[in-house]
Amino acid sequence: MNPLLRRPAHEILPMLSRGELSCRELMEISLDWVSQTEGRIHSFLTQDGERALAKASALDQRRAKGEMPGPLFGLPVAVKDNLATKGLRTTCGSRILEDFVPPYSATVIERLEQGGAVLLGKTNCDEFAMGSSTENSAFFPTRNPWDLERVPGGSSGGSAAAVASGQAFLSLGTDTGGSVRQPASFCGLCGFKPTYGRVSRYGLIAFASSLDQVGAFARNVRDCALLLETIAGHDPLDSTSLNEPVPPYLRELENNPGSLRIGFASDWLAMGLAPEVERTFHRALDTLRGLGFAIESISLPHSHYALPTYYLIAPAEASANLARFDGIRYGLRVPGENLKDLYQATRGQGFGAEVKRRIMLGTYALSAGYRDAFYLKAQQVRTLIRRDFEQAFGAVDLIAVPTAPSTAFRLGEKVDDPLAMYMADLFTIPISLAGLPSLSLPMGVEGGLPVGLQLVGPALAESHILQAAWRFEQATGLHDLVPPLAEVPRA
Amino acid sequence: MRSPTIGLEVHVQLNTASKMFCSCPVEFGAGPNSRVCPVCLALPGALPVLNRQAVESAFTVALALHCQIQSFSQFHRKNYFYPDLPKGYQISQYDVPFSRNGYLMVETEQSNRRIGIIRVHMEEDTAKMLHGRSITEHATTSLVDFNRSGVPLLEIVSAPDITSAEEASAYLTELRAILRTLGISSGNMEEGALRCDVNISLDAGTRAEVKNINSFRSVRKALEYEIERQNALLDQGEPVVQETRHFKESSGITVSGRTKEEAEDYRYFPEPDLVPLEITPQWIDAVHQRLPELPEERRRRLGEMGLFPAEAATIANAPELARFFDKCLLVVRTDNYVIVSRTGINPDSAITVSPFTANAKEIANWLLSDILKYLNESDLTIDQTKLTPIGLVAMIQQNKDGRISKTKAKELVTAALQGKVMQVGEKGILTNFPLDQDKFDEFLEHKTATVTATIAAIGSMGLTQISDPETIRGWVQEVLAQNPKEQDAYRLGKDTLFGFFVGQAMKRSGGKANPELLNRIVREELGK
Amino acid sequence: MKVTAEDALHIAQLARLRFSPEELEVLRQQMESLLSHFSQVSELDTTGIPPTSGVLPLVNVMREDIARPSLTVEDVLRNAPDREGDCFRIPAILEEE
Repeated sequence: MNPLLRRPAHEILPMLSRGELSCRELMEISLDWVSQTEGRIHSFLTQDGERALAKASALDQRRAKGEMPGPLFGLPVAVKDNLATKGLRTTCGSRILEDFVPPYSATVIERLEQGGAVLLGKTNCDEFAMGSSTENSAFFPTRNPWDLERVPGGSSGGSAAAVASGQAFLSLGTDTGGSVRQPASFCGLCGFKPTYGRVSRYGLIAFASSLDQVGAFARNVRDCALLLETIAGHDPLDSTSLNEPVPPYLRELENNPGSLRIGFASDWLAMGLAPEVERTFHRALDTLRGLGFAIESISLPHSHYALPTYYLIAPAEASANLARFDGIRYGLRVPGENLKDLYQATRGQGFGAEVKRRIMLGTYALSAGYRDAFYLKAQQVRTLIRRDFEQAFGAVDLIAVPTAPSTAFRLGEKVDDPLAMYMADLFTIPISLAGLPSLSLPMGVEGGLPVGLQLVGPALAESHILQAAWRFEQATGLHDLVPPLAEVPRA
Repeated sequence: MRSPTIGLEVHVQLNTASKMFCSCPVEFGAGPNSRVCPVCLALPGALPVLNRQAVESAFTVALALHCQIQSFSQFHRKNYFYPDLPKGYQISQYDVPFSRNGYLMVETEQSNRRIGIIRVHMEEDTAKMLHGRSITEHATTSLVDFNRSGVPLLEIVSAPDITSAEEASAYLTELRAILRTLGISSGNMEEGALRCDVNISLDAGTRAEVKNINSFRSVRKALEYEIERQNALLDQGEPVVQETRHFKESSGITVSGRTKEEAEDYRYFPEPDLVPLEITPQWIDAVHQRLPELPEERRRRLGEMGLFPAEAATIANAPELARFFDKCLLVVRTDNYVIVSRTGINPDSAITVSPFTANAKEIANWLLSDILKYLNESDLTIDQTKLTPIGLVAMIQQNKDGRISKTKAKELVTAALQGKVMQVGEKGILTNFPLDQDKFDEFLEHKTATVTATIAAIGSMGLTQISDPETIRGWVQEVLAQNPKEQDAYRLGKDTLFGFFVGQAMKRSGGKANPELLNRIVREELGK
Repeated sequence: MKVTAEDALHIAQLARLRFSPEELEVLRQQMESLLSHFSQVSELDTTGIPPTSGVLPLVNVMREDIARPSLTVEDVLRNAPDREGDCFRIPAILEEE
């Protein structure tokens, strides 16, 4: 692996904008590494190498003419395949969109491109973002660069693997119940899920509308702050987009956040942690204490209702969001004798098992006679969960919790037990239900596998989270981690 | 006689510039799929954003229907599969519509009753489906055009308070008048801007729903047929089935709709891609201020001016006609407007100035006779013609003053509608026939300095009735001089020759001579 | 709680999904066990608790009524599985004449 690819984005970017390194050259290096590693990792569903090289050359020309470089100038990045990219195939990891080419790009993609980033390609994911391991991709699973027999997490497994392995410097994923944070934890990265509404959802192919958010993957907190700053902000095309100004996360990063009070919830933690995670978590709390943060006990009494609440609400919304995949206007169409036949055959064939299971769950939860007991009830419990957090944030400034109950599990280990798979999101789901911002960053490496810590804040507390996280990572040194795969010498 | 219980469910397309949830133009007749974007095509990843104007138009309708506007309202997803519904759900309103509990006063010959309006809510229109061509003898196709997908719709649900087909018709007529007066929809059923489904039962029994009704007339026919059909069933002791029926335009009957395998379960839930509406009293007030005079108020006002109810209704229910009518009244009331006319051909001859004196009744009479006939025949609104309020009032005045005959005035009005006469300019001077410009300017200086002149082409069309006795006498004398034999014959007792002289003199005048005056002068000259 | 075979079939039809009888049975079982687990939520007393319909403090988000250019017809139809002229084509819908 070319050592340049190990460098943090924030060190590479000045080299690019000063012309010490040409965009073209860096892109060639990245594409070369992708071709060397893809056979083992399978991060990408669609690569866009030719166009990427052309864009990189174009950027070099513009710099030569003295044009001001954007904040991500010339940086090779990857984006999850459930974000619409104009003219570039977008599948959501599903056969039903296997050949779909959008005529428009998501707002976040446009912001990346306006910032000067260059897209390497679209990364693999669980089909329609439903899953916690990327094993639900209709095409193939992605492998964890830390151990190729293990999952990278999901649903944004491809985006996590791409950054962890050095294929890309930064990537975008999406997080509905933990799909950025959990892969970040499994792959030793920073993964940020912003406050709901902080980043535009226009062009994010919807799974659960009231939960989905675009998230940022990076190998360190500073890079993460940079990416977040580039994509955040109001979008008039998204009615659920917040109109609050975006603070200068990068500039504020090293500001002293003061003596923040950081809470941890024993009732939540009691729901089950692997011993190595528990160990690492307590060490992390010590580190935080050492940084001058007050560590306090809080309660989140309704945490163990979060999973059922989520698995009633998210599939319900998904069942409606996926109704547009009907073979009429785009995507797969399986011919039928009549309309009903066409719908059933198309959707029957085009969707994978997990997607169909969730559509069934969601349809059931909304159906006549069950809507009150399931969907409406779940939305009420959601209110209780939100209030738990509001109450907690009256007493503390941030909440610390492990990202996942375990380190990365093996491929195939959980595919046959849906409920076991759902339990992987225990520590990320409640935060999603409340729409709160949360960053997962490495707090240890146990048995050769990374372990992630979440720092959760109240709405729009991204800056505080980043500040605390930056200090934590400086203290632990757990940033810009290099998985064994990336140490394989070039041929 | 079993009493019918009828409820109407009306969908109205709003004539906003852009669609309900996206910025595509609302435009009819555009080529298929040329007014479509990721949102109204339901591409993956697209999101809706609410159209402010659609919301405010919705408010105006609810206010005009005396509804209570709710302080909190939300959109819901109504979930079902159909090719004309691209998202697989329609964004509509469910248990928190933005308005409820209104009413409409509906007048028929027998009654003037209050019909309840249960709710008015907002939603989006579906795409249009067309028949495709047959692939084989047995396999046909359908085609889908998404231009209409996402156009803003209002759904207006009446209470089942309507008791006859006639009353249903009157309800729709009044509703359409309101929509047109508010300017938010053409209310035209043939264009699909207004759609109506009916619910009907007899003696509060089981009700049937009838869909696919495409005109006002059909609403009435469908209801009349249903009343007959249900009566026949009940007479035979058979039950009325609760079902959806379809109206057949060609035969005037309703037929049972396709039996559905199972009732549709719409699984409504609040639309998570939109945020709620918080409707403040201030917002409502602002919209209320902008409400124009509604048909009911207008009819009352016109009635107070002396118009009969039918006259008042015809004018009040057609907003363009009502506006034109009011402008005519305004013209009459303003001091600036007068007619300037010469008493003779000689440029130096005296000028008379007559003010406009037409009253509401006279104006109405003119509007409701030839003008209305012309509008109906040519399928235009009065705004789309060239007739101006000043032009009409001036022509009415000309006739009242005896300067032009009723017949000529009618011709003039028709010519004016078509733009074949130049009518008066802004400040309302109408001249009898072409004036010498210098003399006219001199006149203007002395008489009405603030008024500017427009030379009417009336003179050049030769339609102006000549009422100047000297002029007519001149013609008559010429005729008599040129026909000495006939003169002698008349004096010797051939009375029928009187008509000959009148005819000849009229011919000489180019048909312009005031007939009554001409008659008198011929008699006078013959008597000499 | 129970999920019967009829329930499962009904839901599949509402969702326009097709399963083999074996698949449907597996799903029925899974739904039964998952929903039984998820119906834990009914344990909680939620009297007077408003349902969350959105986590945002936003209301009245609207846009001005300005028309903007649409996609080109070609872009609209680019991914169409079947088309005729400028329209999407589908098997016939049984229409009322």
